Amino acid sequence: MSAHALFRPEDTRFQVDADRLIERLARVLPAEGLVVDEDARRPYECDGLAAYKQLPLLVAIPDTIAQVQEVMAICSELNVPVVARGSGTSLSGGSLPHPQGVLLSLARFNRVKHIDAERRLARVEPGVRNLAITEAAAPHGLYYAPDPSSQIACSIGGNVGENAGGVHCLKYGLTVHNVVELTVVTVDGDLVTIGSEAPDSPGYDLLALFHGSEGMLGVIVDITVQLLPNPLTKDVLMASFDRVEDGGRAVAAIIAAGIIPGGLEMMDGPATRAAEDFVHAGYDIEAGAILICELDGSAAEVADQREAVEAVMREHGATAIQVAADDAEKARFWAGRKAAFPAAGRLAPDYYCMDGTIPRKHLATVLQRISEISEAHGLQTINVFHAGDGNLHPLILFDANQPGQLEAAEAVGSAILQLCVEVGGTVTGEHGVGMEKINEMCVQFASAEIEQFHAVKRAFDPQGLLNPGKAIPTLNRCAEFGKLHVHKGELPHPELERL
Amino acid sequence: MARVSDRSQSIAERIAAASEAGTPLAITGSGSKAFYGRAPQGEALDVTGHRGIVNYDPTELVLTARGGTPLAEIETALDAEGQMLAFEPPRYGGGGTLGGAVAAGLSGPRRPFTGAVRDMMLGTRVANGRGEIMRFGGEVMKNVAGYDVSRLMAGSLGTLGVILEISLKVLPRPVAAHTVVLETPMGDVFRHSEDWLRRGMPLSATAHDGERLYVRLSGARSAVEDATRALGGERIDDAPGFWRSVRDHTHDFFTSEGPPLWRLALPPGAPLPALDGALFSEWAGKQLWLRSAADAESIRRETARLGGHATLFRGGDRSGEVFHPLEAVTLRLHRELKRAFDPAGVLNPGRLYPNL
Ligand SMILES: Cc1cc2nc3c(=O)[nH]c(=O)nc-3n(C[C@H](O)[C@H](O)[C@H](O)COP(=O)(O)OP(=O)(O)OC[C@H]3O[C@@H](n4cnc5c(N)ncnc54)[C@H](O)[C@@H]3O)c2cc1C
Ligand SMILES: Cc1cc2nc3c(=O)[nH]c(=O)nc-3n(C[C@H](O)[C@H](O)[C@H](O)COP(=O)(O)OP(=O)(O)OC[C@H]3O[C@@H](n4cnc5c(N)ncnc54)[C@H](O)[C@@H]3O)c2cc1C
Repeated sequence: MSAHALFRPEDTRFQVDADRLIERLARVLPAEGLVVDEDARRPYECDGLAAYKQLPLLVAIPDTIAQVQEVMAICSELNVPVVARGSGTSLSGGSLPHPQGVLLSLARFNRVKHIDAERRLARVEPGVRNLAITEAAAPHGLYYAPDPSSQIACSIGGNVGENAGGVHCLKYGLTVHNVVELTVVTVDGDLVTIGSEAPDSPGYDLLALFHGSEGMLGVIVDITVQLLPNPLTKDVLMASFDRVEDGGRAVAAIIAAGIIPGGLEMMDGPATRAAEDFVHAGYDIEAGAILICELDGSAAEVADQREAVEAVMREHGATAIQVAADDAEKARFWAGRKAAFPAAGRLAPDYYCMDGTIPRKHLATVLQRISEISEAHGLQTINVFHAGDGNLHPLILFDANQPGQLEAAEAVGSAILQLCVEVGGTVTGEHGVGMEKINEMCVQFASAEIEQFHAVKRAFDPQGLLNPGKAIPTLNRCAEFGKLHVHKGELPHPELERL
Repeated sequence: MARVSDRSQSIAERIAAASEAGTPLAITGSGSKAFYGRAPQGEALDVTGHRGIVNYDPTELVLTARGGTPLAEIETALDAEGQMLAFEPPRYGGGGTLGGAVAAGLSGPRRPFTGAVRDMMLGTRVANGRGEIMRFGGEVMKNVAGYDVSRLMAGSLGTLGVILEISLKVLPRPVAAHTVVLETPMGDVFRHSEDWLRRGMPLSATAHDGERLYVRLSGARSAVEDATRALGGERIDDAPGFWRSVRDHTHDFFTSEGPPLWRLALPPGAPLPALDGALFSEWAGKQLWLRSAADAESIRRETARLGGHATLFRGGDRSGEVFHPLEAVTLRLHRELKRAFDPAGVLNPGRLYPNL
């Protein structure tokens, strides 16, 4: 989070002749599409993780795919790093600029090219906002399922870059399950189609590989997504529990009963109270945790499932269950959950959002440990999470103006991620590694794995120009961070002889 | 009695030695898909001894098993908990292994409605072409740490690594299922299934044998009953048996003597291809099986015209292009990726594409 040690020497090894680069780019980009002036570059200096700031050398804002290809060809030829940027809402510093490089903004690529209502496909440009796809599909009774909380702002290109998730992903999958085809500009400016409208394509699943690749393998310039018919019926239930553990057990039992809800989200007591203060959704502020459960399908199916879910919730200690009576109430139940981040902003001057996934059965222990870790650093952490997926978003509250609190928040964050790995989970469920969690990658992966990731990267980007310094740590970085994961004791420090 | 054994180290050592010596290896599971892909070459590397379910936690919806575990063993374990492999991998011959199912990347009748094998991949442990054992992904539902190597393994036909262990998302088995048989032309399958889906019907498979359309409905009892009433049609005696015959290619269409079998993957709503031969339709019209003596080039040209691709699935010339040829840039990326995992080129060389 702090500005220290963002890029390492090996990530800033480029020798860039800025004048020559400007001269070359100016020939292919429209005048307003090349930003050189420092004040005009300033708005691009960070993404959603505002504690990390870095001015790019230049900002390129192409209008056409041909221009993107030319920018990439020029940067390849002159050995200049490139960072693709959608809406810049990444919470992991994924679209943080490179000091020696071009920030390639896809903002002008904001057209929904085609809604094919009959075949339920939408062809869009990468800069189109997630919510804009659903808005364009709505007149046809269709929607785009993955719905990150940032959907009003984040771009579909960025969603592919991070393999973004949302409330509906429990049942309808992540971005990777809903995108069928990409058009990609390679690092040297070639255009290539990945995936297809058919159910699969020949060869390796490059489509899967691009999801969550954080702008490291190519620049996505065109995307075809699958749309779903609006559910006929939707019910939203909200249950109160005295303790988070009871809520967690209710979640496991709902799933064990064979029900996959459209959404299954939990907030702990402090998060519930913060959200209630903020949006007045009618949340139970006495509860130790609340669970919001959305069921969708045909009327008969939803009625069946609601009955079953209510019974399971009661059996697992729900102290109250409300079923939203109408659309307004459904929206109200969700409003607090969706506003949990801004609500946290009212509890403390600053908050830091973490993102790890754990096997659900460890929920109670992990939440307990999170609160102990926070306390030990003199901070408070509140919890909202995608309960059905075990994807946690602890919000660490702090005040950057108090000496030491930023560092304490960072330390808590890092300890939480390491805890997620310890219980068999991962350091990032949906926000990406970016610059933020790059050290913790050394905890999750052994050196052979990290080397394999670098080899995959080299297959697409031999010069290492796309988003250097992000997502995959160098082994030097891991050595300095002092951590390389040891696989259940199977491979004791295999990194030693390699460094 | 299920046998359990961990052969990771010996498999890895064998690969490392082969890599050193430059000896090609043909990774062999149960051999159930020996007919599939380009003709194998190299010394056999038998992975069937590396087997056993490592972890299965029904409430987490996750199962982890070694690559050589027979699918039948996995299905029995899931069945006992009311769960299933939702992608319904084909079990040709009955002995297929989980590693083979993932490596082949084939999914069964439920695929267009709940997802393909790649969609269920959560994590893998693989030995790459240097014999290094590595773990990617894990046992959790959401994981974006590092590149998604696990999903990349699906359909890679063992050319990137030997899949030692796989963690898959599993799903509850629907409480109710019913199959309806309708008289309707094959060309109308997509239009109908779209209409039914939009009406909220719980479709879980379609198959058209050239004469009749078979529609499977699965889900909550109420939803299946409602949809069955709305669709009308006839019943068949042994619906599960019918779907097994489609999934495992024991249906007459697949077993009778005849010309080579092609698999055509098509975009939604594509018209039927103008090709000589017999057709069998699945996946709401997006997967067609074609038995045709037509030459490969005209089959590929027609399928590509419709926006899809064609695989020579069984029979025919296995020394040429069995899979749809790749564009130049894509092929270059494939070669580079292969090199990234298997620099000496010893894992199933040529099984997917020549020189890969
Ligand atoms: C309040 C808030 C709530 C959020 N909630 C969620 C949530 O619920 N779920 C979730 O998953 N995320 C969430 N996020 C995180 C963020 O919105 C997502 O990661 C989103 O997908 C980023 O999209 P973007 O367009 O802003 O991408 P950017 O930040 O611009 O870029 C993200 C990454 O993708 C790469 N990239 C962007 N465009 C392209 C392209 N065209 N080609 C190649 N690479 C590209 C970038 O280089 C970078 O590595 C939230 C963020 C905020 C601020
Ligand atoms: C002595 C010998 C004789 C043979 N004779 C013939 C013959 O006459 N005709 C013929 O067509 N073939 C023949 N083969 C080829 C052989 O049958 C196939 O290569 C092999 O049996 C395929 O098994 P299988 O993996 O398809 O089974 P499946 O388990 O169905 O595997 C399917 C695919 O996945 C790969 N695979 C399986 N397990 C893994 C794993 N754990 N990790 C990565 N990849 C995996 C396989 O290599 C194959 O590509 C012969 C092989 C040998 C060794």
